[in-house]
Amino acid sequence: MKRIGVFICWCGSNIAATVDIDKTIAAAKQMPGVVFADHNKYTCSELGQDMVKNAIKEHQLDRVVIGACSPRMHENTFRKTVEAAGLNPYYMEIANIREQCSWVHKDKETATGKAISLVRTAVAKAARNEALFSTEMPIERRALVIGGGIAGIQAALDIAETGFEVDLLEKEPSIGGRMAQLDKTFPTLDCSACILTPKMVDVAQHEKIRLITYSEVEKVEGYVGNFTVTIRNKARSVDMEKCTGCGDCMNKCPQKVSSEFEMGLAERRAIYTPFPQAVPNKPAIDRATCRWFTQEKCRVCEKICPTGAIDYDQVDEFITQRYGAIVVATGFDTHKLDKYGEYAYGKHPDVITSLEMERLFNASGPTGGKLLRPSNGKPPKNVAFIQCVGSRDKAKGNPYCAKICCMYTAKHAILLNEKVPGSKSFVFYIDVRTPGKDYEEFYNRAYEQHNATYIKGNVSKVFPDGDQLVVRSVDALSGALVELVVDMVVLATSVDARSDAKDLAQKLSITTNAHKFFNEAHPKLRPVETQTAGIFLAGVCQGPKDIPETVAQASAAAVKVASLLSKESLKSNPTIAEVDQKRCSGDMSCMAVCPYGAISEKIIEERRGRETVTRKIAEVNTALCQGCGACTVACRPGAINLKGFTNEQILAEVDAICL
Amino acid sequence: MRYSYYPGCTLKTKAKVYEDTTLQTAKALGLEMVEVEEWQCCGALYPLNTEEHFSLLAPVRALSQAKELNHEKMVTLCAGCFNVFKRTNKAMREDGELRRKINDYLEEDYLGEVDVVHYLEVLKKDIGFTAVAEKVKKKLEGRKIAPYYGCLLLKPRNEMDFDDVENPTIFEDFLSALGATAVEYPYKTECCGSYLSMANEEVAETAVGRILKSAYKSGAEAIMVACPLCKYNLEEYQKQLQDVAGENGKMSVLYFTELLAEALDV
Repeated sequence: MKRIGVFICWCGSNIAATVDIDKTIAAAKQMPGVVFADHNKYTCSELGQDMVKNAIKEHQLDRVVIGACSPRMHENTFRKTVEAAGLNPYYMEIANIREQCSWVHKDKETATGKAISLVRTAVAKAARNEALFSTEMPIERRALVIGGGIAGIQAALDIAETGFEVDLLEKEPSIGGRMAQLDKTFPTLDCSACILTPKMVDVAQHEKIRLITYSEVEKVEGYVGNFTVTIRNKARSVDMEKCTGCGDCMNKCPQKVSSEFEMGLAERRAIYTPFPQAVPNKPAIDRATCRWFTQEKCRVCEKICPTGAIDYDQVDEFITQRYGAIVVATGFDTHKLDKYGEYAYGKHPDVITSLEMERLFNASGPTGGKLLRPSNGKPPKNVAFIQCVGSRDKAKGNPYCAKICCMYTAKHAILLNEKVPGSKSFVFYIDVRTPGKDYEEFYNRAYEQHNATYIKGNVSKVFPDGDQLVVRSVDALSGALVELVVDMVVLATSVDARSDAKDLAQKLSITTNAHKFFNEAHPKLRPVETQTAGIFLAGVCQGPKDIPETVAQASAAAVKVASLLSKESLKSNPTIAEVDQKRCSGDMSCMAVCPYGAISEKIIEERRGRETVTRKIAEVNTALCQGCGACTVACRPGAINLKGFTNEQILAEVDAICL
Repeated sequence: MRYSYYPGCTLKTKAKVYEDTTLQTAKALGLEMVEVEEWQCCGALYPLNTEEHFSLLAPVRALSQAKELNHEKMVTLCAGCFNVFKRTNKAMREDGELRRKINDYLEEDYLGEVDVVHYLEVLKKDIGFTAVAEKVKKKLEGRKIAPYYGCLLLKPRNEMDFDDVENPTIFEDFLSALGATAVEYPYKTECCGSYLSMANEEVAETAVGRILKSAYKSGAEAIMVACPLCKYNLEEYQKQLQDVAGENGKMSVLYFTELLAEALDV
């Protein structure tokens, strides 16, 4: 008979307010095999853990049941506790009486009944728990960073500085991301390019960083410490080795197309770098618009190139690389405005988005840094800013706050007033949100010193009147209808997750929230990790945030990566599938359902009577098996078992509840 | 093509020309309109009411009468009737509890079988504006018309599903099928003042004033409507045009069917 100890946690009032602890203890003492039961206010605390350790020694316990929170929270904590007391960590079993009981029930009596049932279940399983042992797995001590914006750049630099090799993957021809598009940055108004481009150069020159631009993730296999990633290297049509970045091809290319980097406010060529400070400063041919690829004529760039670097025959290449850790830093899309017809965006050239405004302010932008109205090239006198376009809008936009718009709109108001003396801005807002160091002061500056008038109200309509625009809104503080005649309207467009975020999440086996932002493992305590070990998050792909927060998160992710890669090896998860050779019929149903390709066929020899026969059975690759358990369900003879969750253990649990 | 046809009260009185031109043009286009028997008021109140089931009784009764005619679609004209029927019908299709209550009360068994459509939708979707254009005998060339949608055809967006709420284009497409030029101006979906022309004339007058002046300044010679109430208001406060068009300034307000009848020469 096993000697089982039961420890019921109060979790402060989280459990104790709904579950009668004394009754639960009394019931536990009657359960088969239980020789000791006690409670503690916080079992996860040092005191609580000591109590468990002492009880194990004092009462010679060989199995432990902890009635507490979800195993997601503290399974590892308590495994370490029992291990410290000399037991195999897998002798410990958790009864989740918080998330699955006290948090979801109100009536104390029934909740107590359920808690007792859950403890009985765990006791039944613990009695059948076997010792399990991890093996050591080597770690591929290199990291992949997906996304070359400020988040990816910072993460890559910080990881590389710890001495580990990093591959920085970017889907565009150049790194830089959104931050490269911005003019000044709040709240200090330093120039975005001035603080970003040195980092871009650092990335390019760092001996531990390899830049892989114009490339995307195709497939991700493996697990923490041992990811195998297939990368699609898109055909650039330019030989990176031969190209010197002289730029002659871009000057001579006859095909002009709208520039994505300039938000459509200027043109680029079909062979292009997104912007002059591009890293690497080597162009790519946009095959969708290039005359050679669309009309089979031209080839001007080939003729002009002094080094013969143009290669029209390049094809997408696939490179397969192994990594120990991955940082996802894929950034965001700006909200699509097709549902906001009332703001006349796309109908009137003087209605622009905030990112377009950044380009109009920018010294290297389409107007050379002069703020001019797109319609007539004259400086605007009065500009209306509409905040929360697509944000905080349950009816047709995002229900969440995009977090950055209040601050960049205050910045735009300040810059406008500085660029066009005597100009005035009108900011229509729902609430002005400025939580951040020096943020409120910055916003104060906009209306105290820079002629910005803030009007609380949702704009209902923007329409042309002569060569100006009328903005109609309510002033919610006075209740009056407001109609303003302005020269330009700037829409503070919301922040969306990347449109392909779901695809990437699927490839990486990570999750997203309802708005397709990647989920962190814990919103407070594990903000840069995902639920998938070895995959970390940085920047807006996890949720809207500004540059300082993005950089902080990227550095945090880098530390997580470095601490993972600094280990020689990782302990494998021992709860993996195991085949009972005698029972296996070799019909291989398990192989068909295994998502990790961890099951293969094996031919064994057997004595049958006097003969030796060979037959086929299933074999589990212990390095590949992730312990999902799909095979155990598919196996008809019940020959495959998940260690730590054997059929016998599960049935014992069911019996404990039902019988 | 045969349709059930629900005229509504205004079309038999003040908006007789709306009905006449509709029936004439429908005939010319090969459509058969079968008037719902013993129809009564659409209820008119539904857009103003949120909770009361009472206001749904009249429209559901009319709809179940239309159902007996066994045509797939019921055509309406008045924007008010269209709004009431379309929304009532959607509610009857989707809200089981409401469906049960209303049917119990009326002793009917109406499940939302009838499709409520506007005549303009018939022209656009069933016939096609291209086909309409082919049947035009007298192109309205050179005519500059301001399309005025009002609100009832379009809103609320999720229930009406008629056209883009903020920037609808069906009137413009219709006008260009007739060969006319649709004038662009910013007030095509703004409120005409609705029933405030009875309760608070000043508000309605200001609202109409904006629309008329803007259409006039944009070069329109007439305004095209699909709603008898819009037409009433726009005609009632024509003196608002005096500021911009002089003392005798006038802007004619026409139902789209009047323009269609003219173009088809019926």
